[in-house]
Amino acid sequence: MRHVFLDHQSATPVLPEVFEAMRPYFTEHFGNASSLHQHGLRVRDALKRARQQMAALVGADSEEEIFFTSDGTESANLAIKGAAYANERKGKHLVVSATEHPSVMSSVEFLEKQGWTCTRVGVTPQGMIRLDELRAAITPQTVLVAVHHVNHDIGAIQPMREVGKVCAAANVPLYVDCEASAGWLPIDVKDWGAAMVSFSPHRFYGPKGVGVLYRNRKARIVSVIHGGVQEGGRRAGTENIPAIVGGGLAAEIARARLPQRIAHVAPLQRRLWEGLRTKVPYIQLNGPEPGPDRIATNLNLSTEFIEGEGQLLLCDMNGIAVASGSSCVSKSLKISHVLGAIGLDHALAQGNIIMTLGEGNTEADVDYVVETFARIVAKLRGMSPMWDEFERGVIDSVIAPTGRGKSFSQHAADVSGKPVH
Amino acid sequence: MSETYTLYNSTVMEHFMNPRNMGDLKDADGVGEVGAAACGDIMKISLKIKDGRIEDARFKTFGCGSAIASSSMATELIKGRTIDEAMAFSNQEVVDALGGLPPVKIHCSVLAEEALKAALEDYVKRHPDAAAKSTAGAPVPA
Ligand code: FES
Repeated sequence: MRHVFLDHQSATPVLPEVFEAMRPYFTEHFGNASSLHQHGLRVRDALKRARQQMAALVGADSEEEIFFTSDGTESANLAIKGAAYANERKGKHLVVSATEHPSVMSSVEFLEKQGWTCTRVGVTPQGMIRLDELRAAITPQTVLVAVHHVNHDIGAIQPMREVGKVCAAANVPLYVDCEASAGWLPIDVKDWGAAMVSFSPHRFYGPKGVGVLYRNRKARIVSVIHGGVQEGGRRAGTENIPAIVGGGLAAEIARARLPQRIAHVAPLQRRLWEGLRTKVPYIQLNGPEPGPDRIATNLNLSTEFIEGEGQLLLCDMNGIAVASGSSCVSKSLKISHVLGAIGLDHALAQGNIIMTLGEGNTEADVDYVVETFARIVAKLRGMSPMWDEFERGVIDSVIAPTGRGKSFSQHAADVSGKPVH
Repeated sequence: MSETYTLYNSTVMEHFMNPRNMGDLKDADGVGEVGAAACGDIMKISLKIKDGRIEDARFKTFGCGSAIASSSMATELIKGRTIDEAMAFSNQEVVDALGGLPPVKIHCSVLAEEALKAALEDYVKRHPDAAAKSTAGAPVPA
């Protein structure tokens, strides 16, 4: 069986040269960067190099603006809570886009329980932030605006320069979560006027266990993890040196290979979407069309009349690794909040599948996925009462309405006795 | 990748991959369609009933792997049962027969129980005489 990994948004394989660079830091160069002897000083040197590599990836002036954490989630927590606590006296209001990653959303919810308020700025049906709403949301009490570069679910690339201008005009620091874009799109903290940017190398062929936070010297944050004075006092805890070394090299390679990587995945993305839309009836792409507004790695699909977990499991049993934002897949039994924020019909959110490409994927992989996915959809539709009811004209399609029958949501509400979320 | 890891146990996976009794019954005597309030999924069970016994059962499910496996197993279990026995059917039987479901997926087996009961109710509504006969000796517990 062919194995096709289409979940690069969750993880990527560590490059062999990255793995080799990490190896000595597990064994020979095992020192703790806080130690004052040779062993400590040697790894301090390695830390500094990794900081320079990370700074170069985001266009930062100095490696002193780079902090290491344990992953992207911790970086987001540090950015949001760190800025909120540091600027408490100035105000207790935050502004975020409605489609931010759960690490941002949950940090904000945590602060809301402690007396902060937060305005969630809406997005267009394509997932683009509404700049006028953003402008209107900022108040004199606002201490931070958080807008991600690229959405983790639907791949929408946000207009960072415009967002940056709005924040600069209001004199509020901007934090940009670049988790879904780093290594795959150019990042320029100065061009955007970003006060903070976060990302993690495991999205671009580096190891897990390290996250990065860029923080402009002028932006104030306080530590949310307490202990020693590692990372300039902004993040206590022993640095994960092997992962940092590996992450630094992965960042350097990503910067150098970015054009090739895009040139490799962009045609595959188009081929995959063209193939699926041709072979699978009643399928739609969520988020912007492939092109300048969408990251070249991501496809977010809704296949009507079937649910996402079944699709995911059958893909997996056929060697294809994908993700889904369906409520059945989530432990909370809620659809992805991103799909909710773009106003996606519940029926379509239930049939959601997310495919994310990487440099290891080939045209033959894509063709295999198209063929296999079409078979899987047919199999699940054969099992679905909704497909049958659609064919009999009892319910209508959301993607291509025929004008016959009631909506899926109405039908689901009728049979469950409750409106669907 | 030599070993295959699965999200559910092998019985659940087997029923998901090769569901039993999938489809609709022509001239069904009772049809029940219910939706899960939790996740918004839908299950439909059709029954053929003769002389107070479930002769045949079919399902169609719009739902997760656990829901598909639950409906497959439920239709297997209830074939041959009397209406009274089927009325007392509980989702726990499905869970046990499947060798367990993850806690967050128990509600999918409840959907199978509800779909079955809705189909039985539909039968009773459509065949009041036959239903009265079958339950004459033993009243159906509420
Ligand atoms: S049917 Fe939605 S979780 Fe099982």
